[in-house]
Amino acid sequence: MTPALEVRGLRYAIPEPGARGPARDRVLVDDVSFTVGSGETLVLLGRSGSGKTTTLKLINRLFEPTKGEVRVAGERAADLPVTRLRRRIGYVIQEIGLFPHFTVEQNVALVPRLEAWPPDRTAERVRELLELVGLDPHVFSTRYPHQLSGGQRQRVGVARALAADPPLLLLDEPFGALDPITRVELQREFRALEGRLGKGVVFVTHDVREGLLLGTRIGLMHEGRLVFLGTPDEFRGSDHPECRAFMSAA
Amino acid sequence: MNLVQFYAEHSREVLELIGQHLYLVAISTGLAIAVGLPLGILLTRRPRWRGPVLGLANVFQTIPSLALFGFLIPLPFIGGIGARTGVVALVLYGLLPIVRNTYTGITGVDAAVREAGRGMGMTDRQLLLMVELPLALGVILAGVRIATVVSVGTATIAAAIGAGGLGVYIFRGVAMVNDALILAGALPAALMALAADGLLGLAERRLAWRPK
Repeated sequence: MTPALEVRGLRYAIPEPGARGPARDRVLVDDVSFTVGSGETLVLLGRSGSGKTTTLKLINRLFEPTKGEVRVAGERAADLPVTRLRRRIGYVIQEIGLFPHFTVEQNVALVPRLEAWPPDRTAERVRELLELVGLDPHVFSTRYPHQLSGGQRQRVGVARALAADPPLLLLDEPFGALDPITRVELQREFRALEGRLGKGVVFVTHDVREGLLLGTRIGLMHEGRLVFLGTPDEFRGSDHPECRAFMSAA
Repeated sequence: MNLVQFYAEHSREVLELIGQHLYLVAISTGLAIAVGLPLGILLTRRPRWRGPVLGLANVFQTIPSLALFGFLIPLPFIGGIGARTGVVALVLYGLLPIVRNTYTGITGVDAAVREAGRGMGMTDRQLLLMVELPLALGVILAGVRIATVVSVGTATIAAAIGAGGLGVYIFRGVAMVNDALILAGALPAALMALAADGLLGLAERRLAWRPK
């Protein structure tokens, strides 16, 4: 079965201000490769500045890779028009970014509307997804984001990302801006959801406990490189100094 | 003679001048929007142009109006005495508030909202029309309001270069030392400015998105 995501030799370098020539470029992501199958969650763990968010943004081409290949559900990301690629990928960010002038229903329905789905199918899908993320559609469909709590907003954010049923889901520290209690609640619910989704998920976090809880596998990034790739148990038992550093902070 | 008598006796001329005044304001504000709005949007896409463009618009705003008219008169095509030069000057005056407010309104939209929109696969045009402009509308309309009100005021001075409008009475009144005449021009102009401010302020409140 085609993996949801294949990343090979991904590299991202930007010119150092004032420097001349590629030899002096700053490398933010260096030779990163991994595969994510459907139903699998790869947690990209790392310190701030380790390159994990940059790697994520190279997948949906918010940054263009300097080198390397990305394949989403078998198709080369570089070959697809960028908006078409992004509509095949669910994207959830820490600041959530719901459109404040759209109702919950309109927010979740965004990609289906952009893709010109028939209205009944869209309405049905919105209802289904709101229920999936634990929000009663009758209560929440017509509400506006400012009327929701942080946790409710991020639930809508996740529903929005799932709306067009993409094969791949990218989450960038999605629960980072929430209070600790809500965060744990959403982590647990996400874990329960993961198995049922049948999608490939890449989940960026710097919280090792969150990573160990949610990941099928963990990819540890350090200074732009992937220094560990394995299961949570393998991570716990690893000798690598960066793994040890994270485990001691767990 | 008092003001009411004056208006009764010169009603046709008064209406003609009001009409000319409205024409100057409407055409110039319309053009300022037609040029300024796309320009403001362009600046959000090409941040490097912001300094020079806003700087230039600021220069035009800073030059005193009569002086600006003076600069424009000798120019070919857009110069000369008359309404056309008046309109050109008024457009230049209207540009800064509109361009700047369009730019500020759009860049004021939450960066997370823009990132989410782009990340989900909205084209630049969809992002602009569905997200950025609706959210920036209040600020943009405020810019239009300012440009219009300034335009009403500056149009009174345009009479000095033959552009017509209510300024005709004001200048004539000053030359003839006739208070009633001055007032006959100044009063409608002031009322027009207040009406424009009021109506556009209403539009701003109605159309600007804000949490209810």
